[in-house]
Amino acid sequence: MTTITMGKALNEALRDALRDDPRVLVYGEDVGRLGGVFRVTDGLRAEFGEERVFDTPLAESTIAAIAVGLAIKGFHPVAEMQFDAFSYPAFNQITSNLAKYHTRTQGACNMQAVIRIPYGGNIGAVEHHSESPETYYVHTAGLKVVTPSTPADAYGLLRAAIADPDPVIFLEPKARYWSRQDLDLPAPPLPLDRAQIVRPGTDGTIIAYGPTVQVALAAAEAAEAEGASLEVVDLRSLSPLDLDTLSASVRKTKRAVVVHEAPVFMGIGAEIAARLMHDLFDVLAAPVERVGSATVPYPPARVEKLFLPDADRVLEAVDRTRQY
Amino acid sequence: MVDTLGARAAHDSHPADPIAAMVNADGLLTAEAERAANISDDVLRDLYRRMAICRRLDQEGLNLQRQGELGLWGPIAGHEAAQVGAAMAMAETDWIFPYYRDFAMTICRGVDPGIAMTWFRGLTHGAWNPYEHRLGPLIISVGTQVPHAVGFAIGCKLDHEPTAVLVGFGEGSTSTGDWHEAMNFAGVFKAPVVFLCENNQWAISVPMREQVAGRVADRAAGYGFPGLRIDGSDVLTVYTVVRAAADRARHGEGPYLVEALTYRFQAHTTSDDPTRYRTDADVEPWRAKDSIARATARLRDRGAFSDDFERAVAAEAEETALAMRATLLSAATPHPGQAFDLVFANPPASLLREQAEFVAELEPGSAE
Repeated sequence: MTTITMGKALNEALRDALRDDPRVLVYGEDVGRLGGVFRVTDGLRAEFGEERVFDTPLAESTIAAIAVGLAIKGFHPVAEMQFDAFSYPAFNQITSNLAKYHTRTQGACNMQAVIRIPYGGNIGAVEHHSESPETYYVHTAGLKVVTPSTPADAYGLLRAAIADPDPVIFLEPKARYWSRQDLDLPAPPLPLDRAQIVRPGTDGTIIAYGPTVQVALAAAEAAEAEGASLEVVDLRSLSPLDLDTLSASVRKTKRAVVVHEAPVFMGIGAEIAARLMHDLFDVLAAPVERVGSATVPYPPARVEKLFLPDADRVLEAVDRTRQY
Repeated sequence: MVDTLGARAAHDSHPADPIAAMVNADGLLTAEAERAANISDDVLRDLYRRMAICRRLDQEGLNLQRQGELGLWGPIAGHEAAQVGAAMAMAETDWIFPYYRDFAMTICRGVDPGIAMTWFRGLTHGAWNPYEHRLGPLIISVGTQVPHAVGFAIGCKLDHEPTAVLVGFGEGSTSTGDWHEAMNFAGVFKAPVVFLCENNQWAISVPMREQVAGRVADRAAGYGFPGLRIDGSDVLTVYTVVRAAADRARHGEGPYLVEALTYRFQAHTTSDDPTRYRTDADVEPWRAKDSIARATARLRDRGAFSDDFERAVAAEAEETALAMRATLLSAATPHPGQAFDLVFANPPASLLREQAEFVAELEPGSAE
């Protein structure tokens, strides 16, 4: 058992995947000699060579596009987008080709590819480095979209994503890269379609993912001090959504608050609220609440905390459900 | 093929391009290059035969669309030499990544014409298994197939396979970012790709002079590999040049750009009205360069063309067109639930549930 960061857990997942599967390739901007701007690919080029871990020109669209060609050739590419908003130049290749190639070839061509995208804010960065693009990807049929909140989940989900025969958008909450956890590695892969109850409770459910799971847990802890028992569900997978786990939790607690960094408008919370309203209309004690950013471009670093969900905002939302 | 990706060759300059020396100032194969290439009469007759059949199938595509049997048809008339010449120049083990107009390439790769046509009938987004024909699906999203070909070619290099990859596109594609990115990746990774620009001088209504600053072929120099403009209506030139470029790629010498200058005789697609942007007088000079007439002339020069041969090819073309029509019209409409089957190799339970609900909601009798 060693204490490692999420960044290191991802690094170990890539290392173990490269070791276990000779068809895995890791590439992107600065992933080779630098080891990635977040060092997630640190040491991999030295260990596995320049044919399996390589730098590419600075062109995200073709970084995504060669994943299509490599997957047709039977490789299992793991491509890195350097930051969330830098995945947008690749958007057409991801949505028009990577997501659709399996359908387009009548199932002949598996797109066994992972696009890793560091996402989310709270790191004091300049523009384009703090966005939450998950809604763009979950709205595209043919993609699986997952995001870990802990080093253990980061390892298990990335191993599963690389081994899955379908394209996976792997969203890494960059503010959590330095979070630590005791881990025994290698660990088995985690399912790509299951949410996880990370804190049991009875008086309400906080639904979070990636960077906001920690916020939800902090809120639940504070609530407990005030005598309220809140359950926290970590979605882990954004597409598909594990509605069974969500429904079971909210059936029990009768209240739900969805928390994400992305703008509330048309966010993941909108789909969850609609589903819970439909499936548990007679059970819900209050409307589903959503906590997220405003409908504004991601704000400058000095004011970003005003827009990001924090425990206080989550608790205010919980209070609204409890006082309804 | 032994150089690693990490030890990428510097492309500050490339030595004098022997392929460029194969054509004259008009982009036509020189007599000397023709002798050296030693293309047999049988091969040239086969190229003629395939072009003639594809032209007849193209006409049948128009007929079928006019009769309401196809949602759309994208005519290939004017592209026969470029498509047939390039496709047949590739070795069987090579791969081809076509764009939406590359119908003749798909036929040359052994796809049943009637099955290929189902794409235009709205029955499928992809009518063949790429692995069976070493042929990617038709790509509509302009230029996006070009980096797929480069990625596949990088994979061939990583697998140390002597495979070359041909990618087809129009001159309009060369305006896209993906095209330039792909050219640069190909240069950096020294990928075994032959880029084939089927420059038909019209991107729907926009003429070449408003689409391309400079010349497409010259772009290659900026990416560290050779490019060559050739007469794209002469099948022997296309075949010989592309074959040489593919050989070069298979021998680890990197990518090559061929700009096959030709003309789109028909509309962009059956949804287009070319009278809004060009006149018959614009088209007429290009009819004199017609690929089939020129292949006929080349065969006559060699004493390898006879009336019997011409009649036999015409009869085969007619027969192929009728068979295509029959196959197309008997192709089954997919069950709507099938759309769900194709999304993933490993579908999540939630999608299977959605599929079951969708199928159950269909009218009784339409579900299996």
